[in-house]
Amino acid sequence: MSNTELSNEETKLSHATLPRGAQWLVGIAAIALGGLALVLGVSIVGAVVIGVLAFLIGYPVWALLVENKRSATDKLVTGLVWTAFGVAVIPLIWLVYMVFARGAATINPEFLTYSMRSVTGDEQGGLYHALMGTLIVTGIAALISIPIGIMTAIYLIEYGKGNRLAKAITFLVDVMTGIPSIVAGLFAFALFTLLVGPGTRFGFGGGVALSLLMIPTVVRSTEEMLKLVPDDLREAAYALGVPKWRTITRMVLPTAIGGIVTGVVLAISRVIGETAPLLVASGFNPNMNTSAFDDSPMMTVPVFIYTQLSEATQKGVEYAWGGALVLFILVMVLNLIARIVGTIFAPKTGR
Amino acid sequence: MSIQVKDASIFYGDFKAVEDVSMSIKPKSVTAFIGPSGCGKSTFLRTLNRMHEVIPGAYVEGKIQIAGQDIYGPNVDPVAVRRKVGMVFQRPNPFPTMSIYDNVLAGNKLNSKRIKKPEADAIVEKALRGANLWNEVKDRLGKPGMGLSGGQQQRLCIARAIAVQPEVLLMDEPCSALDPISTAAIEDLIHELKSDYTIVIVTHNMQQAARVSDDTGFFNLKAAGQPGHLVEFNPTKQMFTNPDNPDTEAYISGRFG
Ligand SMILES: Nc1ncnc2c1ncn2[C@@H]1O[C@H](COP(=O)(O)OP(=O)(O)OP(=O)(O)O)[C@@H](O)[C@H]1O
Ligand SMILES: [Mg+2]
Repeated sequence: MSNTELSNEETKLSHATLPRGAQWLVGIAAIALGGLALVLGVSIVGAVVIGVLAFLIGYPVWALLVENKRSATDKLVTGLVWTAFGVAVIPLIWLVYMVFARGAATINPEFLTYSMRSVTGDEQGGLYHALMGTLIVTGIAALISIPIGIMTAIYLIEYGKGNRLAKAITFLVDVMTGIPSIVAGLFAFALFTLLVGPGTRFGFGGGVALSLLMIPTVVRSTEEMLKLVPDDLREAAYALGVPKWRTITRMVLPTAIGGIVTGVVLAISRVIGETAPLLVASGFNPNMNTSAFDDSPMMTVPVFIYTQLSEATQKGVEYAWGGALVLFILVMVLNLIARIVGTIFAPKTGR
Repeated sequence: MSIQVKDASIFYGDFKAVEDVSMSIKPKSVTAFIGPSGCGKSTFLRTLNRMHEVIPGAYVEGKIQIAGQDIYGPNVDPVAVRRKVGMVFQRPNPFPTMSIYDNVLAGNKLNSKRIKKPEADAIVEKALRGANLWNEVKDRLGKPGMGLSGGQQQRLCIARAIAVQPEVLLMDEPCSALDPISTAAIEDLIHELKSDYTIVIVTHNMQQAARVSDDTGFFNLKAAGQPGHLVEFNPTKQMFTNPDNPDTEAYISGRFG
């Protein structure tokens, strides 16, 4: 081979390519193969696996034969990534579908406005009391956690800057993140057993338990948002003769507020579905109870689901799914709020 | 206000960044600092409005007086110093949550000073005119400051700095991110501002120093890892025609090793 020929070969920029729509051809062939397996008596899961494998192997091999090694690798990895994505998403979609399919039938005005007070047999009951309980308990948790969490984060980022106290607090927050939720419940229960009396189960106790779980999340997310505010901006404010505390309250917090609110709402939606700590700290109650400070248990939606399920009656299971749907919608609404707030407060570029 | 510096040494924790600087900056004049990268120009500039100490572990030794008062004296509030000594940074940094209008008024807004609307309008217009930006933005004062071009943002930052009516204006490479036209606009502006403010500017651009400044200070490093020091401080004319120190001449003429 002469020198010029070699360099010609090396500098060639184009190569043979698969026909357009090749992935659809392979896809159809893979589906056909899966269908064939199904007809031959393979289980449906087996057939899907066969189909996916056929695509994952067939497409890169074809690319290797026609194109080149790099393109084959590209196709293999793309296939794997999509498969992984599917594996991750399918259970999620399935779950959403199940909750809606099985819960929707239970939802009616009575279910949303009745409590379970002296409901027996097939009489209509509802989760109004549990819904109110969840809102109250979560509200208390938020009222405790948001100020503490945000102020802790402000101390850590704006004042602590790696001193000993800040390091100790960061460590404790990390430990708190890892507390099993039932331990938080037990702590709140034990605390109020000491303070109020043995066996105290009430709404405020549940709120305290949830706040233990919520504070670390709020601290962490607020810290991340404060870190995103460039030091340039802080210095710009100082250079205008603005004291540090005003810089924080009037410039840093407003700049980061979108992210902070998003983080807080996500933290709320994280604890709103907690069951174990509420089981322990705020207990069961078939009746409406809206006073969080009375020494009487307060029902919440997750605990409602749990109780209904453990009734093991047909009605109980239906109510459990209904409760699950309500909880799900609650969380979805919170997430939606988080998104909207995030975009409303996001710094505007105006371009 | 004049600035007197005597034997200032500047530290980042254990690291001495600048050593034994003494100089006297005349009021209502433009003073330029030049020198190779890392010699401590920004560090020194930031000590003039006590911005240096914002960095954890950073401190200053020596004496720095503004209008005869020691700004590092025991009873001096750094916030009060910064109200008198404004600063424009190398990278434009308008506040992202604020409109152009609010950015100019940021000094008042962040300090929760209440001012009446007509008065506020007057301050904004005066500052924006002073920063040569009024004509470009007068129709969109309510739009976000971040929506301006880089050069406009920098002039917005200058407007923001002069809106609080400081006596001294520190500028750290204010044109380094700008095109020649914006640079020329800012140089013109510096000329105009000179009648009201004492201006100290750091620049890597010799022509700029020659064009805008009355006095020039040349900073240098004795060797890598050594603290920076002031080699020469003289009227700009003399610096660029007949400097006292051969190193200055070498640096200015580009023969710098
Ligand atoms: N925050 C900091 N912490 C520790 N050391 C620093 C810090 N900022 C600057 N220094 C050091 O101080 C010295 C002087 O830095 P400075 O930024 O003042 O240089 P400069 O003359 O402004 O350079 P340039 O022309 O590149 O802007 C350098 O050695 C630098 O590494
Ligand atoms: Mg610098």
